[in-house]
Amino acid sequence: MQQKDYAGQIHRCFRCGYCKFPTDYSSFNCPSYRRFRFDSYSTGGRLWLIYAWLKGEIEWSEHFAEILYTCTTCKNCTEQCPMKFAPDIVDWIVGARSDMVEKGKIPPRVARFFEAVYGYGNPFKQLRSDRAAWANGTKKYAAGDEYLLYVGCLGSYDENGQKMARSLVDILNASGISFGILGEEEECCGNEIYMLGETGLFQNLVEKNCQKFKELGVRKIVTLSPHAYNTMKNNYPAFGGSFELCHYTQLLNDLIEKNKIKPSRAKAKVTYHDPCFLGRYNNIYDEPRQILQSIPGIELVEMERNRRDAFCCGGGSGNFVTDLLAGSADSPARVRAREAYETGADTLAVACPSCLTMLTDAVKAEDLDDKLAVKDISQILEELLSAK
Amino acid sequence: MSDVYEALQKIVGEDYVSNRAEERYFYGRDPGLMPPHEPDYVVMPKTTEEVQEIIKLANREKVPVTPKGGGLALTGLVIPLKGGIVMDMKRMDRILEVNEKARYVVVEAGVTHGALKSYLQKHHPHLRHSIPDSPPIATIVANAVIHGQGRLSQQHGFNSDMVSGLEVVLPTGELCRIGSCSVSSYWFSKGAPLPDLSGLFLGWFGTTGIITKLGMKLYPCKKIRDVMLFLTDKAELVSEVIRKLAHTEMVEDIVVTAQPIPLRFKGNFYILLYITGDSEEEIEFKKKMAWEALMVYFKSRDGGFVSVTPDVKPSFLAMPSKDTTRFADVSKGGGFEYSGPIAPIDKYPAYLEKLEELASKYKLFYSSAARVIDGGHSMMFSFSYTFNRANPDEMKRAKVALDEAAEFALEEDGVIWKPNINEQQMVMERMDPNTLMLMKKVKQLLDPNGIMNPGNWEVK
Repeated sequence: MQQKDYAGQIHRCFRCGYCKFPTDYSSFNCPSYRRFRFDSYSTGGRLWLIYAWLKGEIEWSEHFAEILYTCTTCKNCTEQCPMKFAPDIVDWIVGARSDMVEKGKIPPRVARFFEAVYGYGNPFKQLRSDRAAWANGTKKYAAGDEYLLYVGCLGSYDENGQKMARSLVDILNASGISFGILGEEEECCGNEIYMLGETGLFQNLVEKNCQKFKELGVRKIVTLSPHAYNTMKNNYPAFGGSFELCHYTQLLNDLIEKNKIKPSRAKAKVTYHDPCFLGRYNNIYDEPRQILQSIPGIELVEMERNRRDAFCCGGGSGNFVTDLLAGSADSPARVRAREAYETGADTLAVACPSCLTMLTDAVKAEDLDDKLAVKDISQILEELLSAK
Repeated sequence: MSDVYEALQKIVGEDYVSNRAEERYFYGRDPGLMPPHEPDYVVMPKTTEEVQEIIKLANREKVPVTPKGGGLALTGLVIPLKGGIVMDMKRMDRILEVNEKARYVVVEAGVTHGALKSYLQKHHPHLRHSIPDSPPIATIVANAVIHGQGRLSQQHGFNSDMVSGLEVVLPTGELCRIGSCSVSSYWFSKGAPLPDLSGLFLGWFGTTGIITKLGMKLYPCKKIRDVMLFLTDKAELVSEVIRKLAHTEMVEDIVVTAQPIPLRFKGNFYILLYITGDSEEEIEFKKKMAWEALMVYFKSRDGGFVSVTPDVKPSFLAMPSKDTTRFADVSKGGGFEYSGPIAPIDKYPAYLEKLEELASKYKLFYSSAARVIDGGHSMMFSFSYTFNRANPDEMKRAKVALDEAAEFALEEDGVIWKPNINEQQMVMERMDPNTLMLMKKVKQLLDPNGIMNPGNWEVK
């Protein structure tokens, strides 16, 4: 974590603007710059403003805080920045956010996000006792189970996320592997809390989760969300988290390869949206595509921006709740929905509950919902297993 | 002034105008060393009509207007020296037409070099434009306005020489077309056979109007592109090497680099030759011609071709070159600036000596990339120095070194490229008085209220 040193490094940004683009420069790939178009909302703008704030050349303001928090930490800038410090950029932004949190100077929507997680253990202010309301009798994790299925806040409370979780549970049940969930004992994974800069709360959540995993003797975890996968993979080990980890698309791909699940024939033209926390953060690009390609009758077509150049849906860094990029046809999810539609696909496949919600809403806003179905890969697969 | 803000909101919509401290801060400076000055408003028009409305408003209210593209000139040309409105053109981002046979493209003012490159590769892969080594956010229009150079400048001159027509909002709000497009639906010429009025706008840094559309000539994009590297340790030979290579008319682009680090570079001059062809035979023939042209240096042991290994070739071939931008992080400080005189190629040794002398005197990292222009009629020689933005003393030293470099370049008969306001004054002090008077008259005629990017090309 480079956060602590960000103040001593952040002046190195030359504001050259490579961070705005995908690899082929065809369009703007920074979600907040694409949405607002002032240079101040690009990564270079953000870094220069943070440096100005540190030097006292600008005062804190709600607008400044919003500029900082409209970054979805999608890591496009990290991919495109030509400088040696490129891998540290997101940590610098998170570092600045941490300073803002410590000073109590954050946008009201972000403050409400934190308050909800402090008070309820989730950003939706839903009751902890309802955390497993989606589960429909799914068994709780017990000693001897091979996998702990970590569902996360969106899978537990969000309508789309719940559908996704139920689909995954059905598939896992059909595959015969042993697994269980934590139900109401599950804590928020903390990925968004970390990205939003609340390091104290993040540490508290990680420690609770690690303790819980240890108590239960969890050795393998499969996550529904790429966000949870990311933080458990990259942050938890520093706090003693010790377990095998996979995202559900990795597990399902493995089950298909081993013939433990076998989808029936479909007839669909599908395009796949890479979630940032699966793709750019963890280099998982192939498994979701392999699942889709394993389904007979599915034609997989790529959007112009895919894999490391995928355009973020705008949901990262808690924006699926704070929604700081909403309200425009230039909102990232709407731009992405149009891009998916332009491929001629009838189905937009995702592998993340945040992307699922963001893009489902966007397709409706674009009035494309009767032309383009947004489905998680688990939902696509589950439908085909049911049809078998 | 709040009336201006509200009027701007009415013109472009409230999402695309700001008077907030953050935008004013960012748009009040560039990555170079010129002192900042903040605008009162930043506005982002989408259409030519909106640009016209903003200009009319600015005239009514006597508010300065500074148009801005990528903002990468590094010499403060889009710093609004007298406040007012910064007009960020990047929302005007449509590529309007590609004429395959007449080989030109018509773009709006905010189209970036990156976007055009990508568009041509996808839709017209046998055509290309002259891509500068500035980052891909540099806009076609702004680059032409500052007489930028690119990867085709050795063959075809400044990027502004490749302009094939303009649509301009005059400082008083009228819309005007320049070149063949003023009488025809084709954008094939910026001037001939008409009086060439493009000179009223190109090179003026937005002080005589705002270009809203621009035609740019396109050139064949050959199937194969390769690079050769000629190395010599004798600065005095560089201009003759260039002359011999240009004489072959086989080389697309020639760039001469000099830098002290890594150590293997110190004291050596790397002459990069770019060769293109539609077949291996064409490439081999061109390489042979280049090789034969420089054989004399191989025989005298004054230089020779060096193998370009596969690990470095992609970075040499990249357009734009990310290595150019990476120079800003050499001293881990986020800054570099260069003074780039346009000069005869035989000035290379003198300029190089000065570059090194100033670097030593002011304890700075240096680099130079000299790009050959128009068959060797001239070159752009960059006196580039890095600086650390967290080190005010180093910034001051870099600024003094650049000032001295500019002074020297002028003394040595160069003409400063995209000069900052101080350098503009240095240039105008040396200028023929009647030329200066003509410039003054042109400006007064076109911009009677003096609202356009004031401070630049200001004849005192």
